[in-house]
Amino acid sequence: MRIHLFAFAVLAAAVAAPSLADEPGPGGSKPPVAKTGEEVYRMYCQACHMADAAGAKGAGAFPALARNERLGTAAYAIYMVENGKGGMPPFRGALTADQVAALITYLRTHFGNDYREPVTAAEVEAMRPR
Amino acid sequence: MIGGTAAIYQMMTTFGHAAETRFDGPPDLSGARKGASVIVLGAGLAGMLAAHELTRAGYKVRILEYQNRAGGRNWSLHGGDTFTEMGGATQNVRFAKGNYLNPGPWRIPHHHRTLLHYCKAFGVALEPFIQFNHNAYVHSTDAFGGAPQRFRSLAADFEGNVAELLGKAIDQKALDTRLTPEDMGRLKEALRGWGMLDEDMRYVKGFRSSSHRGFDLPPGGGVGGAPRPSDLFPFDEVLKSGVWAQMAFFMNDEFQTTMFQPVGGMGKIGEGFARQVGHLITYNAKVTKLHQDRSGVTVTYADTGTGAVAEAKADFCVCTIPLTVLSQIENNLSAKKNAAIQAVPYSNSVKIGLEMRRRFWEQDADIYGGHSFTNQQIGLVSYPNNNFFQDGPAVLLGAFANGAGGYHLAGMTPQERIEVALREGSVFHPASYRKEFLSGASVAWSRVPWVMGCCARWNEETRREHYQELVALEDRVVLAGEHASYVGCWMEGSLLSALDAITRLHKRALEA
Repeated sequence: MRIHLFAFAVLAAAVAAPSLADEPGPGGSKPPVAKTGEEVYRMYCQACHMADAAGAKGAGAFPALARNERLGTAAYAIYMVENGKGGMPPFRGALTADQVAALITYLRTHFGNDYREPVTAAEVEAMRPR
Repeated sequence: MIGGTAAIYQMMTTFGHAAETRFDGPPDLSGARKGASVIVLGAGLAGMLAAHELTRAGYKVRILEYQNRAGGRNWSLHGGDTFTEMGGATQNVRFAKGNYLNPGPWRIPHHHRTLLHYCKAFGVALEPFIQFNHNAYVHSTDAFGGAPQRFRSLAADFEGNVAELLGKAIDQKALDTRLTPEDMGRLKEALRGWGMLDEDMRYVKGFRSSSHRGFDLPPGGGVGGAPRPSDLFPFDEVLKSGVWAQMAFFMNDEFQTTMFQPVGGMGKIGEGFARQVGHLITYNAKVTKLHQDRSGVTVTYADTGTGAVAEAKADFCVCTIPLTVLSQIENNLSAKKNAAIQAVPYSNSVKIGLEMRRRFWEQDADIYGGHSFTNQQIGLVSYPNNNFFQDGPAVLLGAFANGAGGYHLAGMTPQERIEVALREGSVFHPASYRKEFLSGASVAWSRVPWVMGCCARWNEETRREHYQELVALEDRVVLAGEHASYVGCWMEGSLLSALDAITRLHKRALEA
């Protein structure tokens, strides 16, 4: 049954898939929008990598991002943030290319890391599937 | 068409595809070879059920557990408990006796028959979990100037307006449909009855609408007993509130009433399982290596207290270690299996319990159990489902956050999380929330040392690529847990996975 009367402007993407997990429900979790790299880190990353980026140990470990030589390879950092692996969830979809670029630029120049060349949103976009 | 659907459904039920859960009794594992041994990794529900049924079948079973307790994510925090998260922050829970926070699972659908079966078998008493409360609130920062409204009023106005609009569409012959005029008449009658429309098919202020949305002055007795109907909300604000999403949420088959919770906290289920198999468990055992060869399985583990390293050998292994942790454990499983283990991200829920001096939600707001939803980071406030009307402190769930809000809360100190929960939750009960607050406790699953995440989140692509590889019995080792099921993030999934895994393992053992 199609309804002509209303011009529904509902985007397909806005229609959530049915939940198949014990989840809070549809209302929640609208945090402040992170703009700077530091804000992205505080908002999303320090949950696991900790406020001082030292990582943490439990039954397994969350790696330290402080003094982490892998950050020297920007493409590696972009790949991990975007796609995740193992205990690291993927953040593509949650973060914009601008946020990912700002985050990695921030990480590369803080916590004892010194990789001065900024990472751009274009670099992040270039690694996203078309 | 209807006949076709019914026929397909009958076929599906015959093959067991359409039932809500697939449990039809404990497995029949007869004929186990005498002396055959199984090592189970993890004393959560999956591991303990596997151990229980394998022991009953005659296997020699041993369980290794990283924690100093059994139950895994089936867990309750009570007053006197201490919890140290990754990063080192320690919380001392100060709730009054009998009060608790269920950090993980907290509600049980009525059709999760495996779990219900074993709760009964192991003497775990269940009580109703008030899942759906029409009188709780919905809050959105984008609607009603940020003022919360009762679910029933929003839902009534949503349905009433939709019914009226659809009725108009019918009258204007604006529906492109094959319905006959008689069907159209029935549909209009349905819209009138469902949406509480008046005789002119209008949704208006009056007794009919108020009987769904609530009265301004409720019906009383005697001289002044006549009720006073309530004003309708502006429909654009109702739409902005997003109440339709809550309505759809309650229709999800895993969130429909009746739901249950264990009397005394969710942890009672783990305790019930541990009464059966607790004597088989070695606690504080951190698995560092999983190795299998033609002769058997060797598990290397270290005592988390002393660091002493030991080996355990068995013919077979049921590994229920969460994938977040398992992905960091040395093993000689196949490359495909390891790719699957690496491929499934975990969710990041945060729960916060707030103990309040009195039940102001009951006493002042007529809310008995259920959830008030918000689009703030905390996600919801959920009210206790037990000990209604009692004096003395009670613990409410002050946050069930995931997604971005969950990460944000998880990254905070426990004190900061409580502050956010108080600030955001105050929107529902501004006069009492901070005033009656006594103490709080929070669990950010990303920082729980023994799972490092909440639960496995598959999507269509990872299911297609990796699911069968993950669950496949690989010679002597099989994985089990909620991550190895299509009922992810539910206890039922871990149990169904365990039963399936040991059934296949048993078959393999008989062939050996």
